[in-house]
Amino acid sequence: MSMLQVSVYRYNPETDEKPWMQDIAVDTGGKDLMVLDVLELLKAQDPSLTYRRSCREGVCGSDGMNMNGKNGLGCITPLSQTVKKDRLVLRPLPGLPVIRDLVVDMSMFYQQYEKVKPWLINDQPAPAIERLQTPEERAKLDGLYECVLCACCSTACPSFWWNPDRFIGPSGLLQSYRFLADSRDTATAERLADLDDPYSVFRCHGIQNCVQVCPKGLNPTQAIGHIRNMLLERAT
Amino acid sequence: MVTTVTSFGRSGLYDWLLQRFTAVILLTYTLCVGSFLLSHPHLDFATWSGYMRTTPMKVFSLMALLSMGAHAWIGLWSVSTDYLTVRMIGRKANTIRILFQGAYALVLFAYVVWGVQILWGN
Repeated sequence: MSMLQVSVYRYNPETDEKPWMQDIAVDTGGKDLMVLDVLELLKAQDPSLTYRRSCREGVCGSDGMNMNGKNGLGCITPLSQTVKKDRLVLRPLPGLPVIRDLVVDMSMFYQQYEKVKPWLINDQPAPAIERLQTPEERAKLDGLYECVLCACCSTACPSFWWNPDRFIGPSGLLQSYRFLADSRDTATAERLADLDDPYSVFRCHGIQNCVQVCPKGLNPTQAIGHIRNMLLERAT
Repeated sequence: MVTTVTSFGRSGLYDWLLQRFTAVILLTYTLCVGSFLLSHPHLDFATWSGYMRTTPMKVFSLMALLSMGAHAWIGLWSVSTDYLTVRMIGRKANTIRILFQGAYALVLFAYVVWGVQILWGN
């Protein structure tokens, strides 16, 4: 028996006055399971435990959570990477309202995503087949398009905790730059004009929590730096 | 686009650029005055006064003083809009934040005017 001590955040607004931590021992069979596998074992013991999950391979971005103090996707985080002293503490993503247990209300996160108009805007007549890019132009989107919107980065960012209604956050800004950098997009001036206020971009103080936690290895701080440079180029 | 009327330049980019520009001025001033102090271990009032009363130092000191005012406003404005908000401290936050911003605007104004008087007064 290889017992792992798991402490998991529990909150059911219908029955609990306030959140509490449930301590449960789980037999991992000595295997280096993923955190999501451990949650499945916990759910077998207590079916009331609630969390989001879908693809179980780091693509859907559903199971973002805080594991031993660091945000990440449960399905691609092995125990060997997060467990210290045979203890695993699981909490919901910080800064967002909890709906139940590990499930958070992501409305504010999506509202910020919506603000950056995350779709291609092109006022030219559509060509017969497709809008072409050179390989170099296409390469500029690498490291940007891979975001799965798991919210691990934005909920690790203190500026997003303090102003989730005003600061777009690392995830939204990464997506914003994904379209600013796209050679096929013709709305660059409008996109930049929408960002030049003291909150949307400039609440980023470059502490790079987002870079540290991104499960896809992306670099939102660098994308924010590119946006800042584009704003500088436009206004100075 | 988020509207704000209490930030220094109303534009995020302007405040960001000014914050960095003023930081460089303050750092240079600190190094300049600091190196003077270190190179005069037995400094007396006459030497200090003579150094600070030269026109280049008066201009530099005034520049540093104005930089401090702008730098402090941008920094403390950020702090007040991070922590003194309805989300953080409840419904009284707007009153508390505006009073806080008003109070430090007054303090900064007084410091700047007083500094100008010291530098350029008789």
